[in-house]
Amino acid sequence: MEVVTGRTEADVEACPTGALQAVGRKVTSGELTRELLHDRVFFDESGGGVTFSGGEPLLQAPFVIETMRALREEGVHTALDTCGFVHWETLREAAEAADVVLYDLKLMDEARHKAATGVSNRVILANLQSLAATHEHVWIRIPIIPGVNDDEANLTETARFLQSLRGIRQVQLLPYHATGEAKFARVGLNYALHGTVPPDDRTLDTMAERFRANGLTATIGGHS
Amino acid sequence: MTSRTERLRRDSLDAVPSIDAERARIITDFYKVHLGRHSTPVLRARAFLAICEQKTLWLGEGELIVGERGPRPKAVPTYPELTCHSAEDLRILDSRPKTSYRVAPAVIDVYEREIIPYWTGRSLRDQMFQELPQEWHDAYAAGCFTEFMEQRAPGHTVADGKIYRKGMIDFKADIAAAEAALDVETDPEALDKREQLQAMAIACDAVIRFAERHADLAEEQATQTDDVERRQELETIAAVCRQVPAHAPRTFHEALQMYWFCHLAVITELNGWDAFSPGHLDQHLEPFYQQGIADGTLTAESARELMECFFVKFNNHTAPPKVGVTAAESGTYTDFANINLAGLLSDGSDGSNQVTHLLLDVIDQMHLLQPSSNIQVSRRTPDVVLKHALKVVRNGYGFPSIFNADAVVEEQLRQGKTPEDAREGGCSGCVEVGAFGKEAYILTGYFNLVKMLELALHDGCDVRTGKYVGARTGHPSTLKTYDDLFAAFSTQVRHMVDIKIRGNQIIERFYATRMPHTFLSVITDDCIARGKDYNAGGARYNNTFIQAVGIGSITDSLAGLKQWVYDKADLSLARMVEILDADFTDQEVLRQRLVNKTPKYGNDDDAADGLMRQTFRMLFDAIDGRPNTKGGAYRLEMLPTTCHVYFGEVCLASADGRREGQPVSEGISPVQGADRHGPTAVLKSAAKMDHIKTGGTLLNMKFSPSLLEGDHGIDSLHSLVRSYFKLDGHHLQFNVVTADTLRKAKAKPEEYRDLIVRVAGYSDYFCDLSEALQDEIIERTEHQAF
Repeated sequence: MEVVTGRTEADVEACPTGALQAVGRKVTSGELTRELLHDRVFFDESGGGVTFSGGEPLLQAPFVIETMRALREEGVHTALDTCGFVHWETLREAAEAADVVLYDLKLMDEARHKAATGVSNRVILANLQSLAATHEHVWIRIPIIPGVNDDEANLTETARFLQSLRGIRQVQLLPYHATGEAKFARVGLNYALHGTVPPDDRTLDTMAERFRANGLTATIGGHS
Repeated sequence: MTSRTERLRRDSLDAVPSIDAERARIITDFYKVHLGRHSTPVLRARAFLAICEQKTLWLGEGELIVGERGPRPKAVPTYPELTCHSAEDLRILDSRPKTSYRVAPAVIDVYEREIIPYWTGRSLRDQMFQELPQEWHDAYAAGCFTEFMEQRAPGHTVADGKIYRKGMIDFKADIAAAEAALDVETDPEALDKREQLQAMAIACDAVIRFAERHADLAEEQATQTDDVERRQELETIAAVCRQVPAHAPRTFHEALQMYWFCHLAVITELNGWDAFSPGHLDQHLEPFYQQGIADGTLTAESARELMECFFVKFNNHTAPPKVGVTAAESGTYTDFANINLAGLLSDGSDGSNQVTHLLLDVIDQMHLLQPSSNIQVSRRTPDVVLKHALKVVRNGYGFPSIFNADAVVEEQLRQGKTPEDAREGGCSGCVEVGAFGKEAYILTGYFNLVKMLELALHDGCDVRTGKYVGARTGHPSTLKTYDDLFAAFSTQVRHMVDIKIRGNQIIERFYATRMPHTFLSVITDDCIARGKDYNAGGARYNNTFIQAVGIGSITDSLAGLKQWVYDKADLSLARMVEILDADFTDQEVLRQRLVNKTPKYGNDDDAADGLMRQTFRMLFDAIDGRPNTKGGAYRLEMLPTTCHVYFGEVCLASADGRREGQPVSEGISPVQGADRHGPTAVLKSAAKMDHIKTGGTLLNMKFSPSLLEGDHGIDSLHSLVRSYFKLDGHHLQFNVVTADTLRKAKAKPEEYRDLIVRVAGYSDYFCDLSEALQDEIIERTEHQAF
C-alpha cells in the first residue's frame, strides 16, 4: 500500500507515543517462519496452525509458498485463504504446499460478479474445478452480503455448481459484518456498503439448509 | 440451590461484618488468672478450651452445617494476645469507606477499659517489634518488604485426609502413645515435648466440648420448634455433633461437619493467615458420597444442598481486620480459604470424580466470595473436567482458578518431598504450594523488587524516608555499564533479603516459643510423633516463603535503562535518575518512549524476557535454600495479593515509564497495558520463568465474555490452558468481564454490588475495592482475540 500520510519509517520510529504506526512491515520468509514458530505449542495443543489470508495472499505467491513449505517441514498445519483469481499454475503450486485451501465463492453470474468485484469469475470457477479434482481439502467460503449475493438465484446456482464438483464437501457461510467500516474511514476510503444490515440467524440457517440438501456440509461462521 | 440455601446465601450476603470483643474478653480474663501457672503450650491450649467452653454459640434458622467463630455470622473476633487494636484502629475500621467493620461503642469501651490496658507491651507484636533490629524497622518503613506475622499467626495450611479417617479420640490415643514413648534419660527435650503433647490433648478435648455444646443447643432448639421437619433436622445435627469430631465421620453430612469443626478450631485458637482450607475436598468426600448413594441415605441433590450450606459457612467468616500499614496492603474481607478440585491421587492417578462435578455446580450456583476454589489440572485430568471448570469460569466469577498439578508436584519434589506427599498436596491461599496436612509452608512477606532498583539508583538511599536502608552501591555515575547496574541491583536484593531473613528468624522463634498452635499441631503430621508444635518445626516439612512483587515492572525498567542509557546512550544514568526523581516533569517525550518504544515483558520478546530471566535467577539464588529456624529452608514465590498497589505507592517513578506512586505490576503479569501481542505472547513470556523452582506464581488474564461464547470459546480457552501447562506454567486465572461493565460498576456501585472480579489470587467484590485497584483492574489489558 502507498504511504498515505507522507511519513517515513524514521518518523514512525521517532514518534514517542507510538501513535504513528506503519501499516505492515518487510519480513523475509525465514524471519516470518521463526516468528510463527513462537506459537508452536499452541498449534500443537489446539490442532491449530497458520492461515495465510489477506487481502489476497497469492499476490505474494512465491513468498507464501516458501513459508508454507517451511512450516510443513516443521509439522505446522497451514491453510491458504484465496479468492482464486490467479493463474492456475500459481494456485496449483500454492495449494500443493497448503494442507487446506479456503476458497472464496461470491457470485455465480459473470456479469454480476464483474459488477461487484470488478473482474470476471471465469478464471475463478475454472480454477475451482481444477482444484477440486486435485486437492483433498478444499473448503468453500461464501460471504453472505445482503443485497449483493444473498438472493435465491445465486444461492441455488452456487449449490448446484458445488454439488457437481467431486471432492467438495465443506461450505462455510460467512455473514457480512460491518467491522471494516471504521478501517475504511481511517484510510480515507468511501465505504460502499454503508447501512447494510448483517443477515439474521434464521436467514442464515435457511441458507445453510439449502446447501445441506445438496449433500454438502454447511456451517455458519469461520469455525469448522 | 434449594430455597433453604438460597435464603442462607442471601442472609450471608446481607450480614454486615463487625468486630466482636467476646474472644478478647475471654482470653484476657483467662490470662489474668493463668499466666505463669502453666507451660506456654498448656496455657495456650487451656485458653483455647476456655473459648470453646464460654463463647456464645450460633445455630441459625435452617442451617444444616453448624458453628461460627463469632457469636453470629460475620462477627469477627480479635486476637489481642497477638496484636491489640487501639481504640483509634477500631474507630477507623468502623468509619473507613472500604472493607469497613461495624464496631459498636460497647466494643470500644471494653477495649479501652480492659483489653488495651492489659495487652499493651504484652502482645506478641509489641514484644517482637522491640526485638527486631533498627535496620529491619527502617526497611519496613521504606516499603522494601512487608511482614505477614506481625499481626497474624503463621497459617497458610490445609487439611489432608486424616480427619475423615480419625476422630479426636483417636488422635488423643496417638498423643498418649507419643507421651508414653518419651524418655527423659536420653532426650533433653522430653519435658518440653510432654508439655506440648499434653497441650495437644487439651486442644482435642476443647473441640469435642465445642461440638457437644452445639449438640446440646440443637437438642434444645428441637424441643422448642413446632416444625416437624426442622425438629428432625435439629435432631440429626445433634447426632452429627456427638459423632464428630470426637469420632471419625461415617456419612457425607458428618464428613462436612468434621471439617468445619476443625476449620473453626484452627481459626479460633489463632488467626493464622489464609484461615484454613479443606484441600482436596472432592477426593475426601467421594467415598462418603458413593456410600450414601449406595445405601440410599443420600442423593445428588441432598449432597449438593449440604455442600451449599457448607459454602455459606465460609462466606460467614470474614477475615480478621489488620492494623496500620497492612490494612492497605491487603484490603479485603476474604480470608483466602481455598478448595482444590481434581488433581492427583497419592498413587499418581487422576483424582477427579463425581463430587468434582457436583462441587463445580455448587461453585457456579453459589458464586460467593468465600470459599475460593481452584482446579488442579494434570496431564491425566480428563478434558471434560477442565471444560466443566472453564464453563464456570466463563460465567464471570473468576473461579475456579486453574493450576498445573504436574508442575505443583514437580515443585515439591525439588524441595525434597516424597511423590505421595507431593501429590496429596496442592495449592492454598492464592497460589501457594504445600504438602497438605504435613507442612508448615509459611509466607513471610512481600518483597518490593522495584524498590530494590530504586535503591541501586540512589546509592542505597530511600528518598521518601531519607534513610540509607540499602547497601552503598555507588553514585549512578559510577555504574558505567548495564552489567554494573545489574550488579548494584543484585547487591541491593541480597542486602535486603538478608535483613528480611534476619527479621524472620526472630519472628519464627517468637511464635515457636510463645505462640504454639496446639490444635493445628494435632492434625499436622508429624507434630505428635515429634512432640513439637506446628510453629516450632513439628511438621514433616517446613518451608518459609518470600513473595517477590513487580517482576513485570522491574523487567521493563531494566529494559528502559538498558536501551536508552546504555545501548543508545541518549542520556546518562545520572540524568535519568534526576528525571525519575522529578516524576518525569517536562519529560513526557522520554516517558512515552519508555512506555511505547522499549522492549516489554509480556510480548514473547527475548530482549525483554531475557532480563526477566536474569532477574529471576538472581532472586532465586539470593533466597532459595537458606535455612530457617525449623529445619526447613527459604523459598521464592511470585505473587502479590494486592500488595503491588502499596509497593507502587512507596516507589518513585521508574524507568518503565511508571509514574511515582502508581501500582507496580502484579504477580507475573506484564505491566498493565504493556502486553500488546495477545494472550499467547503473554503466556510464552511468563513461561520463560522457571516456575518449577518457585512455590507458586500468579498469572492473571482478562477476557470479555464474548470471546468465550459457545463450545468453540471453551475449546480455545482449554487449548490455551493446556499449552501454558505444557510449558510448565504454574497457574492461570481469568477475569471474564468487559471493561465497560467495570466502568459502569465503578460509577454506580449500588447496581453492581454482586459483581465479583478476580483480583490477584482471589476474587473480590469489585465495589469493595479501592479506587486505585478498581482503575487498575479496568486498565488491565482486555484481550480481544486469541
